Amino acid sequence: MAKNTSSSAFRKIDVDQYNEDNYREEEQAELQSAPIGPDESEVTALMNQYPYRNLFRGRHIDALKTVLRNAPLGSKNQQIKDNALNLTLRVLLAIKASQIEEAVGALDRDLVDVLMKYVYRGFESPSEGSSGHLLLWHEKAYVVGGVGSIMRVLSDTKRA
Amino acid sequence: MAETHSFGVNPITCHAWNRDRTQVALSPNNHEVHIYQRADGDWKLVDVLNQHDLRVTGIDWGPLTNRIVTCAVDRNAYVWTQGDDGKWKPTLVLLRINRAATCVKWSPRENKFAVGSGARLISVCYFESENDWWVSKHIKKPIHSTITSIDWHPNNVLLVAGSADFKVRVFSAFIKDIEDMPPPSPWGMKVSLGQLLAEFPNSLGGGGWVHSVAFSGDGNRVCWVGHDSSVSVADATRQMAVNKLRTEFLPFLSCVWVGPNSLVAVGHSCYPMLYSVNENGVLYVNCKLDVSQKKEAGGLSAMRKFQSLDRQARIETNDTTLETIHQNAITCLCLYKGGKGSASRVSTSGLDGQLVIWDLQSLENAIQGMKIV
Repeated sequence: MAKNTSSSAFRKIDVDQYNEDNYREEEQAELQSAPIGPDESEVTALMNQYPYRNLFRGRHIDALKTVLRNAPLGSKNQQIKDNALNLTLRVLLAIKASQIEEAVGALDRDLVDVLMKYVYRGFESPSEGSSGHLLLWHEKAYVVGGVGSIMRVLSDTKRA
Repeated sequence: MAETHSFGVNPITCHAWNRDRTQVALSPNNHEVHIYQRADGDWKLVDVLNQHDLRVTGIDWGPLTNRIVTCAVDRNAYVWTQGDDGKWKPTLVLLRINRAATCVKWSPRENKFAVGSGARLISVCYFESENDWWVSKHIKKPIHSTITSIDWHPNNVLLVAGSADFKVRVFSAFIKDIEDMPPPSPWGMKVSLGQLLAEFPNSLGGGGWVHSVAFSGDGNRVCWVGHDSSVSVADATRQMAVNKLRTEFLPFLSCVWVGPNSLVAVGHSCYPMLYSVNENGVLYVNCKLDVSQKKEAGGLSAMRKFQSLDRQARIETNDTTLETIHQNAITCLCLYKGGKGSASRVSTSGLDGQLVIWDLQSLENAIQGMKIV
């Protein structure tokens, strides 16, 4: 039986490297065609479609749906993922605090999970005032998705 | 509606009942297995199975042959048989694995059992009478990671396994030396040992260890729970269609079918949930089975607050007890009364050292909207 020692160096030894058929995550990802992410011009067009304040929100929610539905979560190209992140954050930050609840309500459960992934990703690279706004998004998305949607941010291998 | 039994402060790793439910075998999160006998509403320790060197990870008690099989992190499995004096005697099983064993299950006819392990394989073990020992055969491909959970099909041949490579797989575990060809099943015709009959990814989002798998009573469906807080059902009679429910709870750790279309899932949320499948094969939430309410009134009466501080010697003012019966994650779920797909009682044990028996029938009468289908 193994002796209990204070050294923990043995934990860093990768014993699996000597195994012939190691598990590689890429195997799964290759099954799908590479997603290219949301179309920036389409989203921008949606957001700018009605330059009247009172009509703004409807198109913003459509823009949000478009970015979330086309999120390149499975992509391995970091450039595509970063572009999608920037675009999504632009949409999230453009929607006013008072409209967040309505926007989340318009999403189905799968898109709420995607939204949660972008909220956490957005926390990683804060800009002026963004984190406070994203916290509001987090609060509303949590009401719908519960801790389950936070679990999926952590456990899914296809990340924002 | 729910009987609660406490076995100390240690977590209960797993538990298993004997045939008439008068005795329970459980491991208090160490290398031992304790056998308790029920005596006048209390529990008497009748035997301690002390053979493993490291933590026990799985126990299964065969109701037909009254044999216990245990597996542990020490990479061994033992089959325990009861002598005339009532004491249990171990027989070592050669699993031939180089990582910890994680789970073990007798086949329905109890002529063989399967052990999942961190060695990325399943050992299917059976008794070889000419040599008078237990031998194992391996199912290896295409398992890429630790097997976390296994379950047998009622036909005694098919095996479903959940794995940390985010997949659920149905294999054939046919041992031609000891049994006849099984009748055909909707899972497929090929039955040679290790034949992969179906493979399901846990999630299209990728990821989520599969924590538990279970065949339905008729064997045509499998349900599983994953670390992405999801519950899924795959149906062999519907071209292997998978229906997945992403829940808003913490991840589930164990699941079992209690009705032809209903399953109970337990886990980190500390209370059992009942899920059902409708006629279109779609999963929906049936109800939460733990209806207990917090003992202390929610209102902040200053007197009550100081009283509770005084009585329980708490320094911080917030109350840390959960409003559920289990006070920590539930890790093990067993059928207590009734068979797979027609259970009227289930038992759960968890990290809080409690064993709870849930009476589904009386819960069905008490909870509005609950219906086991």
